[in-house]
Amino acid sequence: MDLKLDHHNEDRLTIVEVEGEIDVYTAPRLRELLIDLVNKGNFHLLVNMEKVDFLDSTGLGVLVGGLKRVRAHDGSLELVCTQERILKIFRITGLTKVFGIYASVDEAKEAHGKDK
Amino acid sequence: MATVELTFSALPAHVRTARLVATAIARRTGVEESLLDEVRLAVGEACSRAVEAHRAHCPGEPIRIELRDDSGRFEVTVSDHAPSDEIHLEQPLDLGTLSDSFMTGFGLAVITGLADDVEVFPTAKGTDIRMSWPATNGIPAS
Repeated sequence: MDLKLDHHNEDRLTIVEVEGEIDVYTAPRLRELLIDLVNKGNFHLLVNMEKVDFLDSTGLGVLVGGLKRVRAHDGSLELVCTQERILKIFRITGLTKVFGIYASVDEAKEAHGKDK
Repeated sequence: MATVELTFSALPAHVRTARLVATAIARRTGVEESLLDEVRLAVGEACSRAVEAHRAHCPGEPIRIELRDDSGRFEVTVSDHAPSDEIHLEQPLDLGTLSDSFMTGFGLAVITGLADDVEVFPTAKGTDIRMSWPATNGIPAS
């Protein structure tokens, strides 16, 4: 499956919907979207990965790059993910300590609201 | 021993094809269904790493994958022809030093975390990554 990307704003949070495979071929599209969102002033990103079938280290690199960019503006990049096969990659690489990972968009929104 | 060999140009689009081939052969070789995701990801990581290395050093050279059914193991070897420039996996995680274009060390960390058995060794031309998983039955020889 190819990569499908969409995004919308809810309050101050930009929710990025990702569906399909994030790999060395498709990851540049996600990178471009994250860069574009940050360039347009969206510094609080929530990437919903519930429909991601595949994620490799190239995809991890894009997410880390996005995190670095939003942090440069005191922003945040958090994830929604409950799929064990995807979470396993974050655990193996130690990135569970770097990203906020939530079980649902609502849970992330609630946590984000408490930070305000 | 049954062997399948695949060579492909150093293009990111071909990595998905390599993943699909490896997963299909792993399934036929008798690798447990619960391990197929790990095979798919580990082979994809090894191929992504090779593609990035070839694009940087020798874009015209093909990448080779060898998939073997060997005495109860499903073994995959990904061979590249690029100079090795791996970072050490033992380095502590530092967000500031991570590149978002490609994180070679993370790729190898993922492979090591997923494959049942992994060897990374230099060859005369580049690097071989060999990984294997248990398999319950072999591919018929004929």
